[in-house]
Amino acid sequence: MAQARRDNEFDVIIVGGGITGAGTARDCAMRGLRVLLIERHDLATGATGRNHGLLHSGARYAVTDRESAEECIRENMILRKIARHCVEETEGLFITLPEDDLGYQAKFVESCLAAGINAEVIDPKDALRMEPSANPELIGAVKVPDGAVDPFRLTSANVIDAKLHGAKVLVYSEVTKLIKEGDTITGVEVYNAITKESAKYYAPITVNAGGIWGQRIAEMAGARINMFPAKGALLIFGHRVNNVVLNRCRKPANADILVPGDTICLIGTTSSRVPFGEVDNMYVTADEVDLLLQEGEKLAPSLATTRILRAYAGVRPLVATDDDPSGRNISRGIVLLDHETRDGIKGFISITGGKLMTYRLMAEWATDLVCKKLNIGKACRTMDTPLPGSENENIEEISKQTWAKPGTPHKATIGRHGARALNIGLKDGYDTSLVCECEEVSVGEVKYAIEELDVHNLVDLRRRTRVGMGTCQGELCACRAAGMLADAHQCTERTKNDLKNFINERWKGMYPVCWSDTLRESEYSQWIYSGVCGLEGPETHNEDNK
Amino acid sequence: MNMQEKNISANNFEQCIKCTVCTVYCPVVPVNPLYPGPKQAGPDGERLRLKKGIYFDDTLKYCMNCKRCEVACPSGVRIGDIIQAARLKYNTQPPKLRDMILASTDLMGSIATKAAPIVNMTVGMKPVKAAMDGVLGIDKHRTFPKYSSRTFEKWFNKNVKAFQESFNRHVSFFHGCFVNYNYPQLGKDLVSVMNSIGYGVHLLDKEKCCGVALISNGMTDRARKNAAINLESIRKSVNERQMPVIGTSSTCSFTLRDEYPHLLGINNEDVRDYIELASRFIYRIVDEGKVKLVFKKDYKARIAYHTPCHMEKLGWGIFSTELLRMIPGAEVTVLESNCCGIAGTYGFKKENYHVSQAIGKPLFEQINKLRPDFVACDCETCKWQIEMSTEYAVKNPISVLAEALDLVATSEANK
Repeated sequence: MAQARRDNEFDVIIVGGGITGAGTARDCAMRGLRVLLIERHDLATGATGRNHGLLHSGARYAVTDRESAEECIRENMILRKIARHCVEETEGLFITLPEDDLGYQAKFVESCLAAGINAEVIDPKDALRMEPSANPELIGAVKVPDGAVDPFRLTSANVIDAKLHGAKVLVYSEVTKLIKEGDTITGVEVYNAITKESAKYYAPITVNAGGIWGQRIAEMAGARINMFPAKGALLIFGHRVNNVVLNRCRKPANADILVPGDTICLIGTTSSRVPFGEVDNMYVTADEVDLLLQEGEKLAPSLATTRILRAYAGVRPLVATDDDPSGRNISRGIVLLDHETRDGIKGFISITGGKLMTYRLMAEWATDLVCKKLNIGKACRTMDTPLPGSENENIEEISKQTWAKPGTPHKATIGRHGARALNIGLKDGYDTSLVCECEEVSVGEVKYAIEELDVHNLVDLRRRTRVGMGTCQGELCACRAAGMLADAHQCTERTKNDLKNFINERWKGMYPVCWSDTLRESEYSQWIYSGVCGLEGPETHNEDNK
Repeated sequence: MNMQEKNISANNFEQCIKCTVCTVYCPVVPVNPLYPGPKQAGPDGERLRLKKGIYFDDTLKYCMNCKRCEVACPSGVRIGDIIQAARLKYNTQPPKLRDMILASTDLMGSIATKAAPIVNMTVGMKPVKAAMDGVLGIDKHRTFPKYSSRTFEKWFNKNVKAFQESFNRHVSFFHGCFVNYNYPQLGKDLVSVMNSIGYGVHLLDKEKCCGVALISNGMTDRARKNAAINLESIRKSVNERQMPVIGTSSTCSFTLRDEYPHLLGINNEDVRDYIELASRFIYRIVDEGKVKLVFKKDYKARIAYHTPCHMEKLGWGIFSTELLRMIPGAEVTVLESNCCGIAGTYGFKKENYHVSQAIGKPLFEQINKLRPDFVACDCETCKWQIEMSTEYAVKNPISVLAEALDLVATSEANK
């Protein structure tokens, strides 16, 4: 494999820069394959970046789906070791409220234990001590090893490691065609939205990791995968109300999980089927917001009086099982399709279904199949090799190694990048000055992201660093970050449009919850950008959010 | 369902819309680049601290707790409280010996008054100042307030207590450490002014230091003990004897009213409205026509009034200046609102000395330019700072009133 080859020839091409694609790229690269990862937008733009960020213990699935529960708890324990800087070991509670059936608790605990999940019934008073924001009326509580995981960081860390192992990553590159020779897929044709150029890449195997959009990729190959897009809406609150994941101890339903994630917390989700044609245009309705608030308030009453920063929705990539001709029977587990045996299409496999939690296992399965097809006997090592940044988890220890007097911006940087923060220049006053004040993102960190983390615009930058994710939603930081991007790209016009897009993207999330302080904030932002900065244009008012 | 009608978070920090006007009004920001400013130290930093205590930043110690950020905030965010509460909650460093000495105002006072002449002389000596600077970290440029050889309480009990019952109306006086140990004359002035307008003055059953210095030096357990004792006495005064509690120190009054509930988590709702500053109390009863003030015919003074930061926060500066303006011979100039830089024990600390003087500089310059007869101010630490940094004496408005009033005629008018 190591012989000299042309630049556009690889061992494996992976389509889709979500967590599954990133994980598969890492695994393949670690096993010595020449990897090309292709993403049509930015990394983690689909379902990967649009969920709870819950490090499932598996307890939620224990009663209804034993297999998923077992996968979750195994992967949960692995991620705690390999992705320390992406994971917060918060613990979780499943609380029973007076309106719930306390009888469910026994069945729940029994199922958890059977799946290998350490579920422990605790006294409601102890539960309130553990998480003071929980509804004080709770009548039962079970402690489980839930946690929080940052999907953007996790994806980025997988991509970094893939690249460290020689993988090539192309973002903003859309697969327009699969190249077919006879019954074999031999490569892809790609259109790069930034360079506006098309190119061809070749590999004996192409992996479809396109999530919900994988249906289209499969169609290009001539295969059919029946996806059932299910929309899930979530609300982001302005600060952490809880430090322990709160779940309702009942059959999984709407808005029954409250997850603390970095500086915020999230309530979700709803679940509604949407036509496939709408998957690129997700928005949150007023009814969904009401539902999330109504149910969220039951988990933690203070949510009723906590500022909401924004609302967003994602699409779960649910897949119809192959053995059900009606297509109604949905698989919740991992779906690995070898299109050679299934459809007679060689050199093409699809990895789909599954969850953020099981991405590593999905990647392992997919990579095993790739290796089998390429006759490579290397074993998977992703379950015990820490991701870049996770070599050391102690923030204070890391910061003391590097800086004499680490301040909050230094510590925040380490919190986001783990040990990789040591590569970030934060020496002089300019480097440590802040771009994003709410999340404490420094000039040095933004420079690092632009130079090393495939950042092409402000939205990408947000996913890598949390610039613009804080209370002000870009009010103070977007223009500063735009200035740095303009320097990096040497193009003011491009950055001006980027800034408009970014502000509109922030507004899209604020619109469904735009009252009270969020409304004041958006008015103030508008005043800054149109009044002070003179940023005007037809796109300034987004009409798509009816 | 009252969902989302109000967004209430601790100290209203979620109401911050990041306008940053607090940082513009912070006196520390322009002179100390190490301080991240109230917005970042307060509502911004709080979100990270809620995630994990390790995000606490040591530089929060540069906050003087002047609360000017809160006065400036258009959204009602209690920024100063957020910062102070974070210091109390997350700072793991035990207080230094120096801080314990500076904060223990009543303990040090009760020891020092017993040997006042020796103490006053000793702490004024250059070698002692040098030693305190080097060993303790109390800046050598500082002049320690002089201790009185007899406390105000002793004077009160011996000389005036007996006839206070003879008045028809009554108030309790929270004298504070400064009046008791350093400057009993202010307490004496208050008694003569209140007596002249027909009010008997009483001490609380038990009075401890309000605790402001304990709070700012992180000794909350002791502050809470003091608060409990003070509030018990205040409740007795207000509820059992129907006597409101007045003070002559803006900071003590502010602490009793606002820092107790906000920083110590002690509920004082039932008595809070009955704790006020003597100048506001007197202004109010004069304005309501309940009492009359008769001034000396020949009193003349050019007075520059400095509004202490906590007075700005209380919004009570107007009562002191309007009271002073009632004096026919007084020409009152209100100085531009500017922190004097001392902030209680803050300015005594060696590491803060230069910042402290830099903050106060515009104020000192304005006073020097104005050349008043003296400066009036409701805060004792501002007094020390201004007297040390300018050539002008600083008097409490109550002392000015005592000088300007024709006490005999006033007594007659209020019989």
